[in-house]
Amino acid sequence: MHEKIIRLVNVSKSFNGHQVLQDINLGISRNEFVTLLGPSGCGKTTTLRIIGGFEVSDIGDVIFEGKKINNLPPYKRKLNTVFQRYALFTHMDVYENIAFGLKIKKVEKKEIDKKVKEVLKLVNLTGYENRETGSLSGGQQQRIAIARALVNEPQVLLLDEPLGALDLKLRKDMQLELKRIQQSLGITFIYVTHDQEEALTMSDTIVVMKDGRIQQVGTPQDIYNEPINAFVADFIGESNIIDGVMVKDFYVEFAGGGFECVDKGFKANEEVDVVIRPEDIKLVPADQGMIEGVVESVIFKGVHYEMLINGRDMRWMVHSTTMEPVNTKVGMQVIPYDIHIMKKVRTE
Amino acid sequence: MKKRLLAYPYGLWIVIFTIIPLALIIFYSVFTTDATGIHFTLQHFKRVFEPIYLSVFLRSIKIAAVSTIVCLLLGYPMAMILAEKNLSKKSILVVLFVIPMWMNFLARTYAWMTLLEKNGLIATALGFFGVRLPSLLYTENAVILGMVYNFLPFMVLPIYSVLVKIDKAVLEAAEDLGAPPITVFKRVIFPLSLPGVSSGIIMVFMPALTTFVISRLLGGAHFTLIGNLIEQQFLTTRDWGFGAALSVVLMLMIMFSMSIALRYEKENEGGGLW
Amino acid sequence: MVKTAIKRIYTFLIFLFLYSPIIVLIVFSFNSSKSRAHWTGFTFKWYVEMFKDQQIMTSLYYTITIALTASIIATIIGTIAAIGIHSMKKMPKAIMTNMTYLPVLNPDIVTGISLMILFILVKLPRGFFSMLLAHITFNLPYVILSVMPKLKQLDNQVYDAALDLGATPGYAFIKVVLPQIAPGIFTGFLLAMTMSIDDFVISFFTTGPGVSNLAITIYSMARKGVSPKINALLSLMFAGVILMLLVINNRMSRDNGRRGENVI
Ligand SMILES: Nc1ncnc2c1ncn2[C@@H]1O[C@H](COP(=O)(O)OP(=O)(O)OP(=O)(O)O)[C@@H](O)[C@H]1O
Ligand SMILES: [Mg+2]
Repeated sequence: MHEKIIRLVNVSKSFNGHQVLQDINLGISRNEFVTLLGPSGCGKTTTLRIIGGFEVSDIGDVIFEGKKINNLPPYKRKLNTVFQRYALFTHMDVYENIAFGLKIKKVEKKEIDKKVKEVLKLVNLTGYENRETGSLSGGQQQRIAIARALVNEPQVLLLDEPLGALDLKLRKDMQLELKRIQQSLGITFIYVTHDQEEALTMSDTIVVMKDGRIQQVGTPQDIYNEPINAFVADFIGESNIIDGVMVKDFYVEFAGGGFECVDKGFKANEEVDVVIRPEDIKLVPADQGMIEGVVESVIFKGVHYEMLINGRDMRWMVHSTTMEPVNTKVGMQVIPYDIHIMKKVRTE
Repeated sequence: MKKRLLAYPYGLWIVIFTIIPLALIIFYSVFTTDATGIHFTLQHFKRVFEPIYLSVFLRSIKIAAVSTIVCLLLGYPMAMILAEKNLSKKSILVVLFVIPMWMNFLARTYAWMTLLEKNGLIATALGFFGVRLPSLLYTENAVILGMVYNFLPFMVLPIYSVLVKIDKAVLEAAEDLGAPPITVFKRVIFPLSLPGVSSGIIMVFMPALTTFVISRLLGGAHFTLIGNLIEQQFLTTRDWGFGAALSVVLMLMIMFSMSIALRYEKENEGGGLW
Repeated sequence: MVKTAIKRIYTFLIFLFLYSPIIVLIVFSFNSSKSRAHWTGFTFKWYVEMFKDQQIMTSLYYTITIALTASIIATIIGTIAAIGIHSMKKMPKAIMTNMTYLPVLNPDIVTGISLMILFILVKLPRGFFSMLLAHITFNLPYVILSVMPKLKQLDNQVYDAALDLGATPGYAFIKVVLPQIAPGIFTGFLLAMTMSIDDFVISFFTTGPGVSNLAITIYSMARKGVSPKINALLSLMFAGVILMLLVINNRMSRDNGRRGENVI
């Protein structure tokens, strides 16, 4: 159990009577890239702030290398944070910003110079020492914020939507850069985002959250291929989610028809969510499909076409590399393996 | 019609009621008139540097500086307390800070006379506990107290308005980087609040240096600051030339201290009532 | 816990310091004797007698007439001037703005004396009119500095749009521009009023015999003791101000769309 560098045990937190985190249990290993993923307001930032020491949980423990640190103030914790809006010190230049933590630790001036130089190189901003923070672009400020945290050589780095304010291109570059930094330094990253694509490309482990609860913890593959419920399925990539009834093992009814599937272990006639990914629906001639429909719209998405197809009074999203023009009749085919059956998520 | 013409009547007003009067003061400070006409002279300025008058200047500067420092020491923590309150309480407290200024300034200063005088409220209250103090009124300390009392809000409000604007995340970032609360204050909060501090210092130091009312009421008839000296020249001794020279020196001092303080104020981001 | 307690005590002490003279003033307006230190019993008589006191009533009259007249005139000239300055080019605009700051930054005593010299030289008898001119002079900057930021916020296209829709410049100004800068004008007016009512130094130097405002009267009384009637009058005015503040505050929280319109 000791290779877990951080553990959250039964952590709950409420603000003014509003339950924000509910019984969070999570273990994070050394050198792991963990991403907290979930919709806005689900408690990602709060979780991070509890780990960072900026909030204290109502109940439960935060354990760092086997020691409880529930009430340890942030300045005594061996981890650093990259804040959602950078939080650079505007009254200092780049050098002073980065040197801040080292000066507090009374590191020698020569050593500080060396480390600042190194970390600036690491974030590709060599030579920026004397720039005022206000004169930097968003992406550069972002990298300074990362450098300012990294220079302290923390064992764990907390990052709260660090790329949220950047444009798409810069975002992609920075994702790669962050991943490179994490791997080359061998630091544990706890990364918050609500962008599922970002989570899938960067993480070793994804923690999907909703309404203050953890929904699922797993590798990107696990989460994508075997989402535990319709919420996770929908949040990770787009999905068609249909109300269905599990008539018996391996047989489900939805959209006015009965279909074979590979799931079992539900009560007879239990109401379930049926999840089908858009790319798992094959388009076939109209009379050969399981469900017949009419193409309503087509959008080219770069790699594939996204089509909305109206069939059996429902709208199906289909991704395909070939395009069918609007108003064509088509048939839709799904193999049993791609029909995912999930327990209904409790709705509040 | 050009819209900028609308500013001309006001421009004229400034020329007549601000520029010309100031020019007159400067004129009287360097010219004397007698039967033979108008003569240039520096005698008025020479007098300013005579020891008796110089000592008045030094005393004024000292008292104004002490009042400013006391205001800063009392006001900064107050501004911090105001700034960290949650929103609704905050605005109430800030308004409470401003309300005393709505009571006539002379009346409030006069009320301090009644508090401080020999048989006044404070002496009576202290006497109750067996404490006997020498007269509080008509002392230098009374004057400083009066200044601190009157000008404290001018210190607190600009500092407050800068402190509330500091992003909380920046303070958390400092803490995150290992700074204990005192270091966060020294290295982040205080430097970021300097624009407010410098406007506060200007707004306290200037009126403290130039007042003649507080010193007259709380310092007594013989307590002379620059303001009192100037007033005497124009209303009692009627020596306009010397009075004008004193006024010019006073204005120069104000300009000088402002230029020092303004150096800290980056562009327009400073606090201040304006 | 200890920290919050210390903060509370500190806040309390500072407020005690700020309010004690005011409390003393108000309490002794109800004191039955003229004593300024000993409580001898409760009375309302000063509140009645102040209305019969010729000197007090005259100074109140001058205080209010001068404050009202000066701030109205300053508001009109100042608003017009602000519009003019706003549409100026960079250089003249900077010059005008700096000149506007001059009376604010200049020590009151110098402003007062310089105006006194002016009035003496042009042989303007000192009294009501000279004091009024002086008050307008020191009120103008407050109006201009309150209106200018509003003009800066104003979207120029709105005015142009009104002209485009067929409004005459005058009509466009009254219907489009004025409502948007009105809060600034109002703030400026209130500031000017406050400054005027409270002013002692400049009034002291620019007035003449027989014309004093409340501040001057209090100053002249201070040596021999200020009458409790003045306490009564000031307490009433103070109550009036606070009432007004509450009303304004209510109105402001009602239209909470615009905030930060501090009247302070
Ligand atoms: N200091 C606070 N006081 C009161 N409520 C708070 C506080 N901080 C967070 N909350 C509430 O807790 C909930 C979770 O907030 P949190 O910031 O953790 O969400 P998040 O997942 O980070 O969202 P986002 O993606 O928008 O950043 C929200 O409903 C928020 O309003
Ligand atoms: Mg967040």
